[in-house]
Amino acid sequence: MRVALFLTCVNDTLYPDTGRAVLRLLTRLGVDVDFPMAQTCCGQAHYNTGYRHEAEPLARRFADVFAEYDAVVTPSGSCGAMVRELYPRMGERARAEGRGDTLAATLAPVVPKTYELTEFLVDVLGVTDVGAYYPHTVTYHPTCHGLRSLGLGDRPRRLLEAVKGLELLELPGAEECCGFGGTFAVKNADVSAAMGADKVRNAESTGADVLCAADNSCLMHIGGTMARLRTGMRPVHIAEILASTEEAAAV
Amino acid sequence: MSGTYLGMPAFPEAAREAVGNTTLRGNLRHATHTIRDKRARAVAELDDWAELREAGKRIKDHTLRHLDRYLVQVEEAVTAAGGTVHWAADADEANEIVARLVEETGGSDTEKREVVKVKSMATQEIGLNEALEARGIHAYETDLAELIVQLGKDRPSHILVPAIHRNRGEIRDIFRSEMSEWGRPAPEGLTDTPAELAEAARLHLREKFLRAKVGISGANFMVAETGTLVVVESEGNGRMCLTLPETLISVVGIEKIVPSWRDLEVFLQTLPRSSTAERMNPYTSMWTGTSDEDGPRTFHLVLLDNGRTDTLADEVGRQALRCIRCSACLNVCPVYERAGGHAYGSVYPGPIGAILSPQLRGTGSEIDASLPYASSLCGACYEVCPVAIDIPEVLVHLRERVVQGGPAVREGNRVVLKPAKGHAAERAAMRAARWAFTRPGALRTGQRLASRSRRLHPRTLPGPGRAWSGSRDLPPVPPEPFRDWWQRTHGGRDEAK
Repeated sequence: MRVALFLTCVNDTLYPDTGRAVLRLLTRLGVDVDFPMAQTCCGQAHYNTGYRHEAEPLARRFADVFAEYDAVVTPSGSCGAMVRELYPRMGERARAEGRGDTLAATLAPVVPKTYELTEFLVDVLGVTDVGAYYPHTVTYHPTCHGLRSLGLGDRPRRLLEAVKGLELLELPGAEECCGFGGTFAVKNADVSAAMGADKVRNAESTGADVLCAADNSCLMHIGGTMARLRTGMRPVHIAEILASTEEAAAV
Repeated sequence: MSGTYLGMPAFPEAAREAVGNTTLRGNLRHATHTIRDKRARAVAELDDWAELREAGKRIKDHTLRHLDRYLVQVEEAVTAAGGTVHWAADADEANEIVARLVEETGGSDTEKREVVKVKSMATQEIGLNEALEARGIHAYETDLAELIVQLGKDRPSHILVPAIHRNRGEIRDIFRSEMSEWGRPAPEGLTDTPAELAEAARLHLREKFLRAKVGISGANFMVAETGTLVVVESEGNGRMCLTLPETLISVVGIEKIVPSWRDLEVFLQTLPRSSTAERMNPYTSMWTGTSDEDGPRTFHLVLLDNGRTDTLADEVGRQALRCIRCSACLNVCPVYERAGGHAYGSVYPGPIGAILSPQLRGTGSEIDASLPYASSLCGACYEVCPVAIDIPEVLVHLRERVVQGGPAVREGNRVVLKPAKGHAAERAAMRAARWAFTRPGALRTGQRLASRSRRLHPRTLPGPGRAWSGSRDLPPVPPEPFRDWWQRTHGGRDEAK
């Protein structure tokens, strides 16, 4: 199976550690992962802000770059949802605009083979115990697009519960949005900040050292709020927890 | 607080004020979480909820597809049952029809000058109370929460519980100071216990029910096959307004039709569970025209368009017309919970308002152009909607209309909308990002620039950047982007070298 990592533009630029963690984790599980250098961005920010036509060339590029692989794995629920839920919709819209089936046909092949990381682990590789070791107290925030668009369900939790040394603490109001929402974070900064503050307050109430999620864009918002409030709590991507082992433990 | 929505600021400015109001935040948090949790329990009781939701969606879609036919059927059935049907293209027409009908009822001067009202979103949408007041006719709201809003010279902030932004103490104060101006004053020594507040409202309203010659209502459903109108409610005030006055005038949006009585089976299960979290609402009133022995002698039905046909013309946006006004989406919305209903500048607040108002009114005003962005697209609204309106999908579609313009239907005419003002910088940024993202070399140059200048990056940003860094630290930029590391080490395989 030829597996490609779609790291996402945000992770590539700001969170390379998450990319290295995905590699370490998948390599440990016997998967040979490639990182096609031609990859850039899925177009989600464009699409969700109302620039669907600007997102189209990015979607076509995505389909082209990942065409030769059997599976595309991404450590982001919202970018995964962009490909799986919104690429087909882009194709439909182009058709409704009288532009024929070309876009839909171009994008169709890449849709079913794109997986969010925890989906790939549980559904494709069939593992929940990835042999990880992480001796910390952790609370888990299910991000909205992973939860509602992709339907990740309890996959991330099952993976975390199997991690040795990890104590998982229940996050109150876990399924409420953290307030990131892409450009929402700056277009409605006050409401976004209020949502972020409530999320952080709930996370702090658990007493956990670490807030874990499967999407770094949400963690950028939650973590930025935590840092500003000097909470001392750490935002950590689930890949970095699952990649950590007794031999090479994440700090 | 003003009684109108004219000249509302854009959503972010209105929301800023609400976010800083700690009383309001507390009231909303308590109320939305209580209803949210109750709804979840009420819905979980039904094994066939998913099927009911799908059925509701299909019935509404079918009706909307054949609305021309069903509207004529409603008109014929209501007329045959002794009612009179009026057609109103917009708010002004509807208000004019209702005011004229009230004036034509004759009676004494006092009787001519007052009407009692059942809670109705359609009449709020058209500003009927204000229009009647301008003609010297006073409309009394009889729903408890609407009474609180009206007495407080306030605006509703929720579809189902319009005074959700008020707590018990505030309500007691409003009753004490305002009731005497309009009729029976609040009892001496009124406290803020719910039972006492309800009793005060009951006594105040009772004399109005018994005196009024005209009742005005909306309807939750209109059954095409028989011309029957349906109002579901909790307090019984609606039943009083629908049965006691001699004349009943119902203003109903054209999308409220269901083809047959059988279809009610679905909605009378999904509506109460979604809105008040009850298995069944306490009062369901149904009437077909007039009858000789009982109820109003005269019945008028005003069928209201007011932007609905325009909305129906939009392939993506038309699903908003499935809405049965349950307000489940408001109660789960994290943005509504913090911004409150007034920030939406419409009688339709929350997620459904954010897709309904810019369609019914167009995206021309500042508030309407800002509403599609009043969401983090978390999807909680879609999840609970009993008629499966994909609100995030419509929000994104309307964002596109705001920033790109494009074809739409306004007042029945096909038009091509221009992009809204104030998005030039964003549009340029999106184009620049697209340019860079279609050229990995350019992206890489940008990433390297960011990495190499990382020690110079401030933790907070000046100017517009404060929208991010006003409440959040910036993430530190790593020494090199992932792609450089990958190329340098071949994915870590050469790391040791």
